[in-house]
Amino acid sequence: MWLLYLPLVIPALAGATARPLATRLEPRHATWLLTSAAVALAACSMAALALLAAYAAAKAPFLAAAGGYSQEVMRRGDPISAAAGAAAALALTGGAVAVAVMFRNRARALAESYRRAAGLQPEDGIVVVPGPAIEAYALPGLPGRIVVSGRLLDCLDDRRRAALIAHEQAHLASRHHLFSAVARLAAAANPLLIPVARAVDYTVERWADEHAASVTSDRRLVAQTIGQVALLAGTRRERVAGMALGIIGPRAPRVSLAWAGPVPRRVAALLTAPPRRQTILLAACTVIVLMAGVAALLAARDLHALLELAQGTR
Amino acid sequence: MGGEGPRQAPGVERRAAGALEAEILAILREADGPLSPGEVRQRLTPRPPADEGPQGELSYSTVVTIVSRLHAKGLLARQRAGRGFTYTPLDDASLAASRMAQVLLGSENDHDAVLSRFVSGLSSRDARLLRQLLAGDTGAAGADPRPAGEQG
Repeated sequence: MWLLYLPLVIPALAGATARPLATRLEPRHATWLLTSAAVALAACSMAALALLAAYAAAKAPFLAAAGGYSQEVMRRGDPISAAAGAAAALALTGGAVAVAVMFRNRARALAESYRRAAGLQPEDGIVVVPGPAIEAYALPGLPGRIVVSGRLLDCLDDRRRAALIAHEQAHLASRHHLFSAVARLAAAANPLLIPVARAVDYTVERWADEHAASVTSDRRLVAQTIGQVALLAGTRRERVAGMALGIIGPRAPRVSLAWAGPVPRRVAALLTAPPRRQTILLAACTVIVLMAGVAALLAARDLHALLELAQGTR
Repeated sequence: MGGEGPRQAPGVERRAAGALEAEILAILREADGPLSPGEVRQRLTPRPPADEGPQGELSYSTVVTIVSRLHAKGLLARQRAGRGFTYTPLDDASLAASRMAQVLLGSENDHDAVLSRFVSGLSSRDARLLRQLLAGDTGAAGADPRPAGEQG
Protein backbone atom coordinates (compact mmCIF):
# COMPACT_ATOMS: atom_id res chain seq x y z
CA MET A 1 0.00 0.00 0.00
CA TRP A 2 3.05 2.26 -0.12
CA LEU A 3 1.81 3.27 -3.58
CA LEU A 4 -0.89 5.34 -1.96
CA TYR A 5 1.64 7.38 -0.04
CA LEU A 6 3.84 8.08 -3.06
CA PRO A 7 1.57 10.86 -4.39
CA LEU A 8 1.84 12.41 -0.94
CA VAL A 9 5.64 12.15 -0.74
CA ILE A 10 6.46 13.46 -4.22
CA PRO A 11 4.93 16.92 -3.55
CA ALA A 12 7.29 17.24 -0.57
CA LEU A 13 10.16 16.40 -2.92
CA ALA A 14 8.87 18.99 -5.40
CA GLY A 15 8.68 21.57 -2.65
CA ALA A 16 12.26 20.91 -1.67
CA THR A 17 13.65 21.04 -5.21
CA ALA A 18 11.54 23.90 -6.62
CA ARG A 19 13.97 26.68 -5.78
CA PRO A 20 17.11 25.08 -7.22
CA LEU A 21 15.13 24.06 -10.31
CA ALA A 22 13.86 27.62 -10.74
CA THR A 23 17.45 28.84 -10.62
CA ARG A 24 18.89 26.27 -13.01
CA LEU A 25 16.28 25.82 -15.71
CA GLU A 26 15.62 28.19 -18.57
CA PRO A 27 12.82 30.45 -17.19
CA ARG A 28 10.11 29.61 -19.66
CA HIS A 29 10.68 25.86 -19.35
CA ALA A 30 10.90 26.22 -15.58
CA THR A 31 7.57 28.07 -15.48
CA TRP A 32 5.78 25.47 -17.56
CA LEU A 33 7.36 22.55 -15.72
CA LEU A 34 6.74 23.89 -12.21
CA THR A 35 3.19 25.03 -12.94
CA SER A 36 2.12 21.81 -14.60
CA ALA A 37 3.92 19.75 -11.95
CA ALA A 38 2.10 21.69 -9.23
CA VAL A 39 -1.27 21.00 -10.84
CA ALA A 40 -0.53 17.33 -11.51
CA LEU A 41 0.83 16.74 -8.00
CA ALA A 42 -2.04 18.59 -6.35
CA ALA A 43 -4.49 16.44 -8.33
CA CYS A 44 -2.61 13.24 -7.48
CA SER A 45 -2.38 14.02 -3.80
CA MET A 46 -6.08 14.89 -3.67
CA ALA A 47 -6.83 11.60 -5.41
CA ALA A 48 -4.60 9.71 -2.98
CA LEU A 49 -6.34 11.33 -0.01
CA ALA A 50 -9.71 10.43 -1.51
CA LEU A 51 -8.58 6.81 -1.93
CA LEU A 52 -7.27 6.62 1.63
CA ALA A 53 -10.56 7.93 2.89
CA ALA A 54 -12.43 5.51 0.64
CA TYR A 55 -10.43 2.50 1.89
CA ALA A 56 -11.17 3.42 5.46
CA ALA A 57 -14.84 4.09 4.74
CA ALA A 58 -15.23 0.80 2.93
CA LYS A 59 -14.86 -0.98 6.26
CA ALA A 60 -17.94 0.65 7.66
CA PRO A 61 -20.71 -1.96 8.02
CA PHE A 62 -23.52 0.09 6.56
CA LEU A 63 -21.49 0.84 3.42
CA ALA A 64 -20.65 -2.84 3.04
CA ALA A 65 -24.34 -3.65 3.22
CA ALA A 66 -25.28 -0.93 0.77
CA GLY A 67 -22.50 -1.82 -1.68
CA GLY A 68 -23.19 -5.54 -1.41
CA TYR A 69 -19.62 -6.59 -0.60
CA SER A 70 -18.04 -8.66 2.13
CA GLN A 71 -16.97 -6.58 5.04
CA GLU A 72 -14.74 -9.43 6.20
CA VAL A 73 -12.67 -9.44 2.99
CA MET A 74 -12.33 -5.70 3.14
CA ARG A 75 -11.08 -5.87 6.68
CA ARG A 76 -8.45 -8.42 5.78
CA GLY A 77 -7.36 -6.86 2.50
CA ASP A 78 -7.45 -3.26 3.59
CA PRO A 79 -4.31 -1.94 5.26
CA ILE A 80 -5.59 1.55 5.98
CA SER A 81 -6.48 2.31 9.58
CA ALA A 82 -9.64 4.23 10.38
CA ALA A 83 -7.55 7.02 11.90
CA ALA A 84 -5.50 7.42 8.70
CA GLY A 85 -8.70 7.42 6.69
CA ALA A 86 -10.28 10.09 8.89
CA ALA A 87 -7.14 12.23 8.70
CA ALA A 88 -7.14 11.88 4.91
CA ALA A 89 -10.79 12.88 4.71
CA LEU A 90 -10.07 15.92 6.87
CA ALA A 91 -7.08 16.96 4.75
CA LEU A 92 -9.12 16.45 1.59
CA THR A 93 -11.93 18.67 2.88
CA GLY A 94 -9.48 21.33 4.04
CA GLY A 95 -7.74 21.35 0.69
CA ALA A 96 -11.01 21.59 -1.23
CA VAL A 97 -12.20 24.52 0.92
CA ALA A 98 -8.83 26.29 0.53
CA VAL A 99 -8.95 25.87 -3.24
CA ALA A 100 -12.50 27.22 -3.38
CA VAL A 101 -11.63 30.28 -1.28
CA MET A 102 -8.45 30.98 -3.23
CA PHE A 103 -10.28 30.56 -6.53
CA ARG A 104 -12.98 33.01 -5.50
CA ASN A 105 -10.47 35.61 -4.29
CA ARG A 106 -8.29 35.37 -7.37
CA ALA A 107 -11.26 35.50 -9.72
CA ARG A 108 -12.52 38.63 -7.96
CA ALA A 109 -9.09 40.25 -8.02
CA LEU A 110 -8.72 39.45 -11.70
CA ALA A 111 -12.17 40.84 -12.52
CA GLU A 112 -11.27 44.01 -10.62
CA SER A 113 -7.99 44.21 -12.50
CA TYR A 114 -9.76 43.86 -15.86
CA ARG A 115 -12.23 46.57 -14.85
CA ARG A 116 -9.49 48.96 -13.83
CA ALA A 117 -7.35 48.19 -16.87
CA ALA A 118 -10.32 49.05 -19.11
CA GLY A 119 -10.67 52.41 -17.36
CA LEU A 120 -7.03 53.43 -17.82
CA GLN A 121 -5.94 55.36 -20.88
CA PRO A 122 -2.34 54.66 -21.84
CA GLU A 123 -0.04 57.17 -23.51
CA ASP A 124 2.60 55.50 -25.67
CA GLY A 125 1.50 52.13 -24.33
CA ILE A 126 1.92 52.93 -20.66
CA VAL A 127 -0.21 54.52 -17.97
CA VAL A 128 1.71 57.08 -15.95
CA VAL A 129 0.35 57.49 -12.46
CA PRO A 130 1.27 60.76 -10.82
CA GLY A 131 2.51 60.73 -7.29
CA PRO A 132 5.61 60.10 -5.25
CA ALA A 133 5.57 56.28 -5.39
CA ILE A 134 8.30 54.23 -7.06
CA GLU A 135 6.11 51.67 -8.76
CA ALA A 136 5.85 49.74 -11.98
CA TYR A 137 3.55 46.85 -12.68
CA ALA A 138 1.54 45.06 -15.32
CA LEU A 139 -2.20 45.09 -14.76
CA PRO A 140 -3.87 42.11 -16.47
CA GLY A 141 -6.84 42.98 -18.67
CA LEU A 142 -8.22 43.05 -22.18
CA PRO A 143 -5.88 44.57 -23.12
CA GLY A 144 -3.63 44.64 -20.08
CA ARG A 145 -1.95 47.86 -19.04
CA ILE A 146 1.53 48.78 -17.93
CA VAL A 147 1.35 51.21 -15.03
CA VAL A 148 4.41 53.21 -14.05
CA SER A 149 4.64 55.99 -11.52
CA GLY A 150 5.77 59.33 -12.89
CA ARG A 151 8.52 59.65 -10.36
CA LEU A 152 10.06 56.34 -11.36
CA LEU A 153 9.86 57.27 -15.04
CA ASP A 154 11.69 60.51 -14.30
CA CYS A 155 14.49 58.56 -12.65
CA LEU A 156 15.17 56.29 -15.64
CA ASP A 157 16.93 57.11 -18.86
CA ASP A 158 15.43 56.05 -22.19
CA ARG A 159 17.22 52.71 -22.41
CA ARG A 160 16.22 51.67 -18.91
CA ARG A 161 12.65 52.74 -19.58
CA ALA A 162 12.69 50.48 -22.63
CA ALA A 163 14.00 47.60 -20.50
CA LEU A 164 11.31 48.12 -17.86
CA ILE A 165 8.52 48.32 -20.42
CA ALA A 166 9.76 45.24 -22.30
CA HIS A 167 9.74 43.33 -19.00
CA GLU A 168 6.16 44.31 -18.19
CA GLN A 169 5.03 43.65 -21.76
CA ALA A 170 6.33 40.10 -21.45
CA HIS A 171 4.15 39.62 -18.35
CA LEU A 172 1.05 40.77 -20.22
CA ALA A 173 1.76 39.02 -23.52
CA SER A 174 2.54 35.64 -21.94
CA ARG A 175 -0.21 35.93 -19.30
CA HIS A 176 2.15 35.29 -16.43
CA HIS A 177 -0.51 36.06 -13.85
CA LEU A 178 -2.32 32.89 -14.89
CA PHE A 179 0.74 30.73 -14.22
CA SER A 180 1.09 32.19 -10.73
CA ALA A 181 -2.63 31.88 -10.04
CA VAL A 182 -2.75 28.23 -11.13
CA ALA A 183 0.34 27.38 -9.07
CA ARG A 184 -1.19 29.12 -6.03
CA LEU A 185 -4.40 27.12 -6.44
CA ALA A 186 -2.36 23.91 -6.49
CA ALA A 187 -0.54 25.07 -3.36
CA ALA A 188 -3.87 25.77 -1.69
CA ALA A 189 -4.87 22.15 -2.34
CA ASN A 190 -1.59 20.87 -0.96
CA PRO A 191 0.51 23.20 1.23
CA LEU A 192 3.62 21.11 0.51
CA LEU A 193 3.52 22.78 -2.91
CA ILE A 194 3.81 26.33 -1.55
CA PRO A 195 7.55 26.50 -2.41
CA VAL A 196 6.64 25.46 -5.97
CA ALA A 197 4.17 28.35 -6.26
CA ARG A 198 6.82 30.75 -4.95
CA ALA A 199 9.28 29.36 -7.48
CA VAL A 200 6.75 30.04 -10.26
CA ASP A 201 6.45 33.65 -9.10
CA TYR A 202 10.22 33.83 -9.48
CA THR A 203 10.46 32.09 -12.86
CA VAL A 204 7.85 34.36 -14.47
CA GLU A 205 9.95 37.35 -13.38
CA ARG A 206 13.02 35.67 -14.87
CA TRP A 207 11.05 34.93 -18.04
CA ALA A 208 10.16 38.61 -18.36
CA ASP A 209 13.75 39.61 -17.54
CA GLU A 210 15.10 37.37 -20.30
CA HIS A 211 12.52 38.78 -22.69
CA ALA A 212 13.62 42.32 -21.83
CA ALA A 213 17.23 41.24 -22.29
CA SER A 214 16.51 39.92 -25.77
CA VAL A 215 14.46 42.99 -26.76
CA THR A 216 17.16 45.41 -25.62
CA SER A 217 19.93 42.89 -26.49
CA ASP A 218 21.69 43.95 -23.30
CA ARG A 219 21.52 41.68 -20.27
CA ARG A 220 23.58 44.07 -18.18
CA LEU A 221 21.20 46.93 -18.93
CA VAL A 222 18.26 44.91 -17.63
CA ALA A 223 20.21 43.92 -14.52
CA GLN A 224 21.11 47.51 -13.81
CA THR A 225 17.56 48.68 -14.37
CA ILE A 226 16.21 46.13 -11.89
CA GLY A 227 18.89 47.11 -9.40
CA GLN A 228 18.24 50.81 -9.77
CA VAL A 229 14.47 50.49 -9.43
CA ALA A 230 14.73 48.13 -6.47
CA LEU A 231 17.11 50.41 -4.61
CA LEU A 232 14.96 53.44 -5.42
CA ALA A 233 11.90 51.64 -4.12
CA GLY A 234 13.80 51.05 -0.91
CA THR A 235 13.76 48.28 1.61
CA ARG A 236 10.55 46.90 3.00
CA ARG A 237 9.73 46.91 6.65
CA GLU A 238 11.25 43.84 8.17
CA ARG A 239 10.29 41.67 11.04
CA VAL A 240 12.88 42.11 13.71
CA ALA A 241 12.41 38.72 15.30
CA GLY A 242 15.58 37.37 13.73
CA MET A 243 17.60 40.32 14.96
CA ALA A 244 16.22 40.09 18.45
CA LEU A 245 17.34 36.49 18.58
CA GLY A 246 20.74 37.50 17.31
CA ILE A 247 20.45 35.25 14.28
CA ILE A 248 20.77 38.03 11.76
CA GLY A 249 23.07 40.68 13.05
CA PRO A 250 22.70 44.10 11.49
CA ARG A 251 26.20 43.70 10.09
CA ALA A 252 26.45 40.19 8.72
CA PRO A 253 29.96 39.86 7.29
CA ARG A 254 29.12 37.77 4.25
CA VAL A 255 26.15 37.79 1.94
CA SER A 256 25.31 34.91 -0.30
CA LEU A 257 22.68 34.28 -2.93
CA ALA A 258 21.63 31.08 -1.21
CA TRP A 259 19.09 32.82 1.03
CA ALA A 260 18.60 35.96 -1.02
CA GLY A 261 15.24 37.33 -2.11
CA PRO A 262 14.15 37.34 -5.77
CA VAL A 263 15.62 40.69 -6.81
CA PRO A 264 19.33 39.96 -6.17
CA ARG A 265 18.90 36.51 -7.69
CA ARG A 266 17.38 37.99 -10.84
CA VAL A 267 20.20 40.51 -11.12
CA ALA A 268 22.84 37.83 -10.55
CA ALA A 269 21.22 35.63 -13.22
CA LEU A 270 21.30 38.48 -15.73
CA LEU A 271 24.94 39.21 -14.98
CA THR A 272 25.90 35.65 -15.95
CA ALA A 273 25.54 33.84 -19.25
CA PRO A 274 22.02 33.28 -20.60
CA PRO A 275 20.43 30.04 -19.40
CA ARG A 276 20.60 26.97 -21.61
CA ARG A 277 17.88 24.43 -22.12
CA GLN A 278 18.41 21.39 -19.92
CA THR A 279 16.57 18.57 -21.61
CA ILE A 280 17.71 15.79 -19.29
CA LEU A 281 16.75 17.65 -16.14
CA LEU A 282 13.35 18.52 -17.62
CA ALA A 283 12.76 14.91 -18.61
CA ALA A 284 13.79 13.63 -15.17
CA CYS A 285 11.36 15.99 -13.44
CA THR A 286 8.56 14.99 -15.79
CA VAL A 287 9.18 11.30 -15.06
CA ILE A 288 8.99 11.89 -11.30
CA VAL A 289 5.71 13.77 -11.63
CA LEU A 290 4.32 11.01 -13.84
CA MET A 291 5.29 8.47 -11.18
CA ALA A 292 2.92 10.19 -8.78
CA GLY A 293 0.15 9.89 -11.34
CA VAL A 294 0.86 6.24 -12.05
CA ALA A 295 0.97 5.47 -8.33
CA ALA A 296 -2.41 7.10 -7.79
CA LEU A 297 -3.88 5.15 -10.71
CA LEU A 298 -2.45 1.84 -9.48
CA ALA A 299 -3.79 2.49 -6.00
CA ALA A 300 -7.23 3.20 -7.43
CA ARG A 301 -7.07 -0.02 -9.43
CA ASP A 302 -6.10 -1.96 -6.30
CA LEU A 303 -9.07 -0.60 -4.41
CA HIS A 304 -11.36 -1.50 -7.28
CA ALA A 305 -9.93 -5.03 -7.42
CA LEU A 306 -10.32 -5.43 -3.68
CA LEU A 307 -13.94 -4.28 -3.81
CA GLU A 308 -14.68 -6.72 -6.65
CA LEU A 309 -13.08 -9.54 -4.66
CA ALA A 310 -15.16 -8.60 -1.64
CA GLN A 311 -18.31 -8.58 -3.73
CA GLY A 312 -17.47 -12.00 -5.18
CA THR A 313 -16.87 -13.52 -1.73
CA ARG A 314 -20.09 -12.42 -0.24
CA MET B 1 18.34 78.97 -2.44
CA GLY B 2 19.40 82.04 -0.43
CA GLY B 3 22.77 83.07 -1.81
CA GLU B 4 22.55 82.29 -5.51
CA GLY B 5 24.65 85.17 -6.71
CA PRO B 6 24.76 88.88 -6.31
CA ARG B 7 23.45 89.73 -9.80
CA GLN B 8 20.09 88.07 -9.30
CA ALA B 9 17.15 90.41 -9.62
CA PRO B 10 15.38 90.57 -6.29
CA GLY B 11 11.83 89.38 -6.06
CA VAL B 12 11.96 86.93 -8.96
CA GLU B 13 13.92 83.90 -7.83
CA ARG B 14 13.06 84.65 -4.27
CA ARG B 15 9.37 84.14 -4.70
CA ALA B 16 8.38 81.37 -2.39
CA ALA B 17 8.17 77.95 -4.01
CA GLY B 18 4.55 77.57 -2.94
CA ALA B 19 3.57 80.81 -4.63
CA LEU B 20 5.35 79.76 -7.81
CA GLU B 21 3.58 76.42 -7.82
CA ALA B 22 0.24 78.17 -7.45
CA GLU B 23 1.10 80.61 -10.23
CA ILE B 24 2.18 77.86 -12.62
CA LEU B 25 -0.89 75.82 -11.82
CA ALA B 26 -3.06 78.87 -12.57
CA ILE B 27 -1.29 79.42 -15.90
CA LEU B 28 -1.87 75.81 -16.90
CA ARG B 29 -5.52 75.99 -15.89
CA GLU B 30 -6.05 79.10 -18.04
CA ALA B 31 -4.23 77.63 -21.03
CA ASP B 32 -6.23 76.10 -23.89
CA GLY B 33 -4.09 73.01 -24.18
CA PRO B 34 -1.01 71.31 -22.79
CA LEU B 35 2.02 73.52 -22.27
CA SER B 36 5.70 72.71 -22.32
CA PRO B 37 7.88 74.08 -19.50
CA GLY B 38 9.25 76.62 -22.00
CA GLU B 39 5.77 77.91 -22.77
CA VAL B 40 4.96 78.07 -19.09
CA ARG B 41 8.10 80.11 -18.56
CA GLN B 42 7.13 82.57 -21.32
CA ARG B 43 3.74 83.15 -19.77
CA LEU B 44 5.09 83.25 -16.28
CA THR B 45 7.36 86.23 -16.48
CA PRO B 46 6.08 89.29 -18.22
CA ARG B 47 8.17 91.23 -15.73
CA PRO B 48 9.05 94.89 -15.46
CA PRO B 49 11.90 95.95 -17.81
CA ALA B 50 14.36 95.93 -14.98
CA ASP B 51 13.96 92.18 -14.72
CA GLU B 52 14.72 91.36 -18.35
CA GLY B 53 17.70 89.34 -19.38
CA PRO B 54 18.88 85.87 -18.46
CA GLN B 55 19.45 86.71 -14.85
CA GLY B 56 16.08 88.36 -14.35
CA GLU B 57 13.84 85.49 -15.43
CA LEU B 58 13.19 82.18 -13.83
CA SER B 59 15.54 79.67 -15.33
CA TYR B 60 14.14 76.96 -17.55
CA SER B 61 15.35 74.28 -15.16
CA THR B 62 13.51 75.94 -12.27
CA VAL B 63 10.25 75.74 -14.22
CA VAL B 64 10.96 72.11 -15.11
CA THR B 65 11.60 71.36 -11.44
CA ILE B 66 8.34 72.96 -10.37
CA VAL B 67 6.13 71.30 -12.99
CA SER B 68 7.79 67.94 -12.19
CA ARG B 69 7.02 68.50 -8.54
CA LEU B 70 3.40 69.33 -9.36
CA HIS B 71 3.25 66.20 -11.48
CA ALA B 72 4.70 64.13 -8.66
CA LYS B 73 2.09 65.58 -6.33
CA GLY B 74 -0.60 64.32 -8.69
CA LEU B 75 -1.86 67.75 -9.71
CA LEU B 76 -0.67 67.69 -13.32
CA ALA B 77 -0.91 65.12 -16.08
CA ARG B 78 1.83 65.04 -18.62
CA GLN B 79 2.27 63.82 -22.16
CA ARG B 80 5.44 63.07 -24.02
CA ALA B 81 6.15 65.63 -26.71
CA GLY B 82 9.35 65.07 -28.64
CA ARG B 83 12.19 64.88 -26.17
CA GLY B 84 10.34 66.47 -23.27
CA PHE B 85 6.87 66.61 -21.82
CA THR B 86 3.88 68.89 -21.98
CA TYR B 87 1.65 69.35 -18.95
CA THR B 88 -2.06 69.77 -18.34
CA PRO B 89 -3.81 70.27 -15.03
CA LEU B 90 -5.92 67.34 -13.90
CA ASP B 91 -9.62 68.08 -13.59
CA ASP B 92 -11.58 66.71 -10.68
CA ALA B 93 -12.56 63.51 -12.50
CA SER B 94 -8.98 62.75 -13.46
CA LEU B 95 -7.84 63.51 -9.94
CA ALA B 96 -10.35 60.99 -8.67
CA ALA B 97 -9.14 58.44 -11.23
CA SER B 98 -5.54 59.00 -10.28
CA ARG B 99 -6.42 58.51 -6.64
CA MET B 100 -8.09 55.23 -7.62
CA ALA B 101 -4.89 54.15 -9.27
CA GLN B 102 -3.04 55.23 -6.15
CA VAL B 103 -5.27 53.03 -4.05
CA LEU B 104 -4.37 50.18 -6.33
CA LEU B 105 -0.70 51.02 -6.04
CA GLY B 106 -0.76 50.82 -2.30
CA SER B 107 -2.97 47.80 -1.73
CA GLU B 108 -1.53 44.74 -0.09
CA ASN B 109 -4.37 42.26 -0.44
CA ASP B 110 -5.53 39.89 -3.13
CA HIS B 111 -5.72 42.64 -5.71
CA ASP B 112 -2.01 42.79 -5.35
CA ALA B 113 -1.71 39.14 -6.30
CA VAL B 114 -2.70 39.64 -9.92
CA LEU B 115 -0.29 42.51 -10.47
CA SER B 116 3.12 41.71 -11.87
CA ARG B 117 5.39 44.14 -10.05
CA PHE B 118 8.70 45.05 -11.65
CA VAL B 119 10.52 44.60 -8.34
CA SER B 120 9.38 43.09 -5.08
CA GLY B 121 10.43 44.44 -1.73
CA LEU B 122 14.05 44.20 -0.68
CA SER B 123 15.20 43.15 2.72
CA SER B 124 18.20 45.08 3.97
CA ARG B 125 20.34 42.01 3.29
CA ASP B 126 19.01 41.91 -0.25
CA ALA B 127 19.80 45.59 -0.68
CA ARG B 128 23.36 45.06 0.46
CA LEU B 129 23.78 42.06 -1.80
CA LEU B 130 22.31 43.98 -4.71
CA ARG B 131 24.75 46.85 -4.24
CA GLN B 132 27.60 44.36 -4.20
CA LEU B 133 26.36 42.69 -7.37
CA LEU B 134 26.03 45.99 -9.22
CA ALA B 135 29.32 47.33 -7.90
CA GLY B 136 31.08 44.13 -8.93
CA ASP B 137 29.51 44.45 -12.35
CA THR B 138 30.74 47.96 -13.08
CA GLY B 139 34.06 47.49 -11.25
CA ALA B 140 35.26 44.26 -12.78
CA ALA B 141 33.84 45.11 -16.25
CA GLY B 142 32.75 41.56 -16.89
CA ALA B 143 36.04 39.94 -15.98
CA ASP B 144 34.32 37.74 -13.43
CA PRO B 145 30.58 37.37 -13.88
CA ARG B 146 30.17 35.89 -10.44
CA PRO B 147 28.77 38.23 -7.81
CA ALA B 148 31.39 39.87 -5.67
CA GLY B 149 29.87 38.81 -2.38
CA GLU B 150 29.68 35.14 -3.13
CA GLN B 151 32.73 33.41 -1.85
CA GLY B 152 31.55 29.87 -1.61
